[in-house]
Amino acid sequence: MIRVELPAHLRTLAGVKGEVTLEVAGQVTLKSVLDALEAKYPTLRGTIREHGTLKRRAFLRFFACEEDLSHQWPDALLPETVANGKEPLLIVGAVAGG
Amino acid sequence: MSKVRLLVGTRKGAFVLTSDGKREKWDVSGPHFAGWEIYHVKGSPVDPNRLYASQSSGWFGQVIQRSNDGGKTWEPVGNKFAYDGVPGTHQWYDGTPHPWEFKRVWHLEPSLKNVDEVYAGVEDAALFRSADGGQNWEELSGLRGHGSGPHWQPGAGGMCLHTVILDPSDPQRIFIAISAAGAFRTDDGGKTWRPINKGLRSGTIPDQDAEVGHCVHHIAMHPSRPGTLFMQKHWDVMRSDNAGDSWQEVSGNLPTDFGFAIDVHAHEPETIFVVPIKSDSEHYPPDGQLRVYRSKSGGNEWEALTKGLPQKDCYVNVLRDAMSVDALDSCGVYFGTTGGQVYGSTDAGDSWTPIVRDLPAVLSVEVQTLA
Repeated sequence: MIRVELPAHLRTLAGVKGEVTLEVAGQVTLKSVLDALEAKYPTLRGTIREHGTLKRRAFLRFFACEEDLSHQWPDALLPETVANGKEPLLIVGAVAGG
Repeated sequence: MSKVRLLVGTRKGAFVLTSDGKREKWDVSGPHFAGWEIYHVKGSPVDPNRLYASQSSGWFGQVIQRSNDGGKTWEPVGNKFAYDGVPGTHQWYDGTPHPWEFKRVWHLEPSLKNVDEVYAGVEDAALFRSADGGQNWEELSGLRGHGSGPHWQPGAGGMCLHTVILDPSDPQRIFIAISAAGAFRTDDGGKTWRPINKGLRSGTIPDQDAEVGHCVHHIAMHPSRPGTLFMQKHWDVMRSDNAGDSWQEVSGNLPTDFGFAIDVHAHEPETIFVVPIKSDSEHYPPDGQLRVYRSKSGGNEWEALTKGLPQKDCYVNVLRDAMSVDALDSCGVYFGTTGGQVYGSTDAGDSWTPIVRDLPAVLSVEVQTLA
């Protein structure tokens, strides 16, 4: 089981509260997790990754285990603690107010 | 008893304002989609409970929302706006080529005949159509493919297709406007398009007779006279009596030649409303006085309507989609400001009352007149 923490606006859009949990078959990568996330919550398509190119939207970043994974190759493996559900993958808005 | 429903898009959510036919007391519902920019909300003329809303965010991109109960509940529908083929380039502000990139939906125009058909005007400028209630979107690429596309340039707010007008007398005819390319018309349902900018005069552009490059801010039409169009441009208010083939200036005695909003009285096709704004970068009413100007002669002769509007220290703007009229016997006129006020008039502009004063900056106001 993979845990994903979404920004508040995307939780509202997906109609969920708290963390999202996903089942990912095969290797646990950013791409496979986001594919599973969008398959379970189709309304999130295009809001985290661009349609078509699947590029990360410019003002979003990915973190896990205190590491910035935003620039990681999409097919690179995520940390083992994300893959076994001990730590969540955090999807974070890159720009705050102020 | 008739009812009126205002659909208000703001910088931080959508609001639905409802009243009975007296239009004295209003219920305010919202914010819907709190925190998101709502560029436009519009109802279907076929089924007024079917609403479409453009919800966008710099963080999360574009979402289209649909309601089947007049805005009580909403469901997200399709948000994939893919340009047809290789999008190519338009001109950037400095004249260099810049790739076409989708940014947001500025305007949603539901079909006059089919509740599930809806058009979307987007930035970077293109027109999309959905035939399934917003689930899937297809570009009408003949517009962007018009030979002038590589020469289009953005206005200060981006290269947005902000106006979509469907001709009630001819389902094949659509008018659109783009900042700052100009106005275009199709007579074959969107396959081919022609620029309709003859007669426009635009500040310091090198060729005043240029086919494109005119900063059209908004166009309005009365449904009983689809060949007559009224335009608020960056420079001047214009009218056309031949479906845009040529334009004449009708700014007359207006205090400025600049503004965004323009609309036509529901029952008097020669009565039009504008809100003059100070150009170029100030973008607030001249002299701090918020005045709607009305012409009962289709332009040229204008009267200031001030009763109930602030006449000192007012420095708000009224954006292009932020004015609308209802269809009650005594025509109601409504507009929203970047200061968060929505003003209404139940007597065609003679007097005004604030319906709400403290919303987020208003981007759009649409009215539904309900049986």
